[in-house]
Amino acid sequence: MTSPPRVSPSEIADENGELQDLRTDPIGLLHRVRAECGDIGTFRLANRDVVLVSGADANEAFFRAPEDVLDQAEAYPFMTPIFGKGVVFDASPERRQEMLRNSALRGEQMRGHATTIENEINRMVAEWGDEGEIDLLDWFAELTIYTTSSCLIGPKFREELDSRFAHLYHDLERGTDALAYVDPYLPIESFARRDEARIGLVALVQDIMDRRRAAGKAPREERDLLDVLMWLRNEDGTESFTADVITGIFISMMFAGHHTSSGTAAWTLIELLRNPGVMKDVVGELDDLYADGSEVSFQALRAIPVLESALKETLRLHPPLVLLLRVAKQEIEIGGYTIPAGSMVGATPAVSNRIAEDFPDPDTFDPARYLEPRQEDLINRWTWIPFGAGKHRCVGSAFAMMQLKAIFSVILRDYEFEMAQPSESYRDDVSKMVIQLAQPCRVKYRRRS
Amino acid sequence: MKVVVDTGLCQGHGMCVLEAPDVFELAKDATTVTILTDEIEDLEAVKQAVKYCPNAALSLED
Repeated sequence: MTSPPRVSPSEIADENGELQDLRTDPIGLLHRVRAECGDIGTFRLANRDVVLVSGADANEAFFRAPEDVLDQAEAYPFMTPIFGKGVVFDASPERRQEMLRNSALRGEQMRGHATTIENEINRMVAEWGDEGEIDLLDWFAELTIYTTSSCLIGPKFREELDSRFAHLYHDLERGTDALAYVDPYLPIESFARRDEARIGLVALVQDIMDRRRAAGKAPREERDLLDVLMWLRNEDGTESFTADVITGIFISMMFAGHHTSSGTAAWTLIELLRNPGVMKDVVGELDDLYADGSEVSFQALRAIPVLESALKETLRLHPPLVLLLRVAKQEIEIGGYTIPAGSMVGATPAVSNRIAEDFPDPDTFDPARYLEPRQEDLINRWTWIPFGAGKHRCVGSAFAMMQLKAIFSVILRDYEFEMAQPSESYRDDVSKMVIQLAQPCRVKYRRRS
Repeated sequence: MKVVVDTGLCQGHGMCVLEAPDVFELAKDATTVTILTDEIEDLEAVKQAVKYCPNAALSLED
């Protein structure tokens, strides 16, 4: 029975262990665990140990562990107040597979989604004019609210939304301070705004439901998910779902696909601006591809190799989730160490994606690493993990890549971009578990001649 | 040459079905894909399916 080594306490460690490190420099903490402890090391988060794994062997053990060994349900207490207590967010593996099988994320649905996304981008770009400036966080966050709501819930619901929904949703995402590991209801400002934002979102959905109810029940072929949920009745004739529960369901459906896609789109543009040679290659590839006037919705589902490499490299360097967590439901052995039941176990895309043995020159933006024969994403299937891996791998990855390809097809075809602030001033705000770009993060655009 | 699926990794996305419908099937109630045949006619299509599997659950074996 050997326990994994423990990271040395930093100057800001306190009775909650490394909680303050996680709130101020999470990526630094995760790298430090690997540097000091190797593939498996431990830090303390409030009242639990977190065993952090990295490297191919430990990651494979992590990602292949069945649900009754490493469980996701209890690992993210900061999500409970966001989804709402009445909403069963985490489902059994069987139920989760069932949801995927019936869901909007199946391969066969992608064609329709590609068209929807192209239309949404065109609508937002239509307001741009010939030149101007955007804030990357605001712009991509709003765009991805429209695309995720339209594709996952339905175009009818999307038409009932405006930027208010995006702003409230952003406050929810900001309400993910790691202090939630002490108590998700502590009286701090970001939690108060989170709770107000959720109330605001419920009010918006309630308002939409009231208007739909006043208009009468829609014919079957026009119903979207909101219609289905709001007209469901219990056996005694009462409504099955309140606006509060329906809002929680929608929040949970959109959550995984929103800040992740929004952030990746923003970072891709930043990396392309930092690497003009790559930008030139990407624009050249897109110009060739669309020279015959083909549709974005058609091409976004097909290979766009240079753009795809740039997207993959952005995901490697800026994974939207830096720490993937589980709770050990029973004692588990990884890499010769015994991890007791009740521990949290974490894998870290931020660290694994930059292991120098797998990704030479790991801090350099080098899309060429995905070309044959290097194919560093495929060769390192357990350490190239921006989407996780195994049974829990992001079910939206194909959707996400398609969406990103569509976004860049449209905006780079019609516009050229330039930084509106110093290159190094684009950075992440890492103070919350949901990492997002720190503002300001502005770029200028100009219509291509 | 035949293609195999690691059912411990497959999540049933069905992207392979789009690439090579003669070789892969995702039945209505299935959570993982099934391989319909060991006789691969269009090897290029199957290679695409292997490459674009979101979970890297497919591989080609001799």
